[in-house]
Amino acid sequence: MSGNLTLRQLEDKANVLRKDIIAMLEEAGSGHSAGPLGLADLVTTLYFDIMKLDPKNPEWNERDYFFLSNGHCAPVQYAAMAEAGYFSKDELMTLRKWGSRLQGHPERTKLLGLENTSGPLGSGLSQASGVAYVLQHIDNHMHRFVYCITGDGELDEGNIWEAAMFASKYKLSQLIVFVDRNNIQIDGNTEDVMPLEDLAGKWRSFGWHVQEIDGHNIESIQDAVGMAKAIENRPSVIITHTIPGKGVDFMEYDYHWHGMPPNHEQAKEALKELRTLRGKIRSEHE
Amino acid sequence: MSSHYPLAENLFSDEVHSEPIRAGFGRGLKLAGEQDERVVALCADLTESVQMHLFKEAFPNRYIEVGVAEQNLVTVASGMARAGKIPFTASYAAFSPGRNWEQIKTTAALNDMPVKVVGGHAGLYTGPDGATHQMLEDIAIMRTMPNMIVVVPGDSVEAEKATLAIAKNGKPTYLRVARDKTPIFSSADSPFEIGKAYVLREGKDVTLCGTGTMTYELLVAAEELKKHSIDAEVVHVPTVKPLDTETIQASAHKTGRVITAEEGQIAGGLGGAIAEHLSEHIPVPIKRLGVEDRYGESGAPREVLEHFGLDGKHLAEKIREFVKRVPQYKKGY
Repeated sequence: MSGNLTLRQLEDKANVLRKDIIAMLEEAGSGHSAGPLGLADLVTTLYFDIMKLDPKNPEWNERDYFFLSNGHCAPVQYAAMAEAGYFSKDELMTLRKWGSRLQGHPERTKLLGLENTSGPLGSGLSQASGVAYVLQHIDNHMHRFVYCITGDGELDEGNIWEAAMFASKYKLSQLIVFVDRNNIQIDGNTEDVMPLEDLAGKWRSFGWHVQEIDGHNIESIQDAVGMAKAIENRPSVIITHTIPGKGVDFMEYDYHWHGMPPNHEQAKEALKELRTLRGKIRSEHE
Repeated sequence: MSSHYPLAENLFSDEVHSEPIRAGFGRGLKLAGEQDERVVALCADLTESVQMHLFKEAFPNRYIEVGVAEQNLVTVASGMARAGKIPFTASYAAFSPGRNWEQIKTTAALNDMPVKVVGGHAGLYTGPDGATHQMLEDIAIMRTMPNMIVVVPGDSVEAEKATLAIAKNGKPTYLRVARDKTPIFSSADSPFEIGKAYVLREGKDVTLCGTGTMTYELLVAAEELKKHSIDAEVVHVPTVKPLDTETIQASAHKTGRVITAEEGQIAGGLGGAIAEHLSEHIPVPIKRLGVEDRYGESGAPREVLEHFGLDGKHLAEKIREFVKRVPQYKKGY
């Protein structure tokens, strides 16, 4: 998919993803709102600018790999996949319903184009490391990259730090990890539930190359990935600061929206906000 | 004795050949690596203990040390499987699948990846290490996982064949192996196929189903029972899942009484599996032998086994008591 969209086009796509996320969640009547909205800019940049993918040939042996370790953010991945042409956009409205390929948490065996089955936290980084190990140390595919998104609350899991040691030991420089640093988890703010700071220092001490960026600035994401690709002998983590619920005023920064979908009225309000870019477009009729 | 299953010679003498089941796994893994370059091996700081050193020496580039990190062990393997490899992971069963069950379920079984989980030092034969290391629940917890295959070889010769077979089955698979030397009852010519049970000895009075190390003990028990005019049929069940219900049910139908024996908890294990099936198909009396809702403790391996009544001699006593007390199921009652 890489490469041909302008910055403005990418921003517009991220907005499309946000609208799809709201519509899907309202229709599903359950699911997570804050994380997927916060990740829309990052996932858009990955799917439509950075990653080498072929939606018509999902198992293409030259593709980059994408692991969503925090599976509860699946709506943003589904929205990106539909937008990219992996499946029809109509199917988004089947999220979490009986018979749907779009399971509440992603299942690889149900939907072509997914690299993993996830939901229980902490395992995606290990799986991404396993792929990166094979590419780098066994199959000699040095031109392919493995991208992984983890939540920040997810870093409470011991499995994550086992993987962090592993990736560092084997110098998995084709592994690029984004920590979605939105500071919320189900029970509250991350620093109240289980403090993560000094987060950059933790990764650095595990031997990783660390960057910190604004996760809503697409150019920052592009630049950070460029830097991560240039780093040798170390895996890269990009601590991606995001606003949970980004784009919908009444959801932003509020951890209560972590695991909740909007009801009909809230969805209407959210979609209006996203359509009008927060009132900047005045032709909106409602 | 059954004509279809060539047994080893001198089975009941002191000259019976013994070897740790794990040694067969080690040889099998190396062979699997020779046969298919997609085979990789991952270990959690127990390389020689789980006999992965043979593979490591032969294929250093396909051997991956992950440290004492069992959750990472299987999830890295899941990633490697996604990238086209056939990963064998090994640790002690107490830790894998003991500690990382959820990771195995989500990233190998539900994800349907051909990750092989090899649980070493399983069962009571881990003797002196005590209850923390004597994994007794693994058969039960792995058997309840959809997509998962569960293989429990009876001796080292069979373990080698089983390792080669699971390298080719394309499925997430659990292989249970033991630490201590145990008698080898199978031979180079004995069949092994995933999902098949084998009648090792034909009889008419009672069916004795064993898995893993218990099969040899049941053969010994059957010899003992002969002296008491009890003609026992011994069925070896090296694959607990999928269970060879056809062979087991046919034997149950023939003898009208079933005993199961395993070196682990009877709840949910081989005994559980067989009782579940037979109770829905043929109302034959069943007695499950194994560990009954308690933990093991330290002791010499055979000593521990005897304390739990799972050596041939004690098994024979329990089987005699059962046969004396419980009438055979007759067709139609």
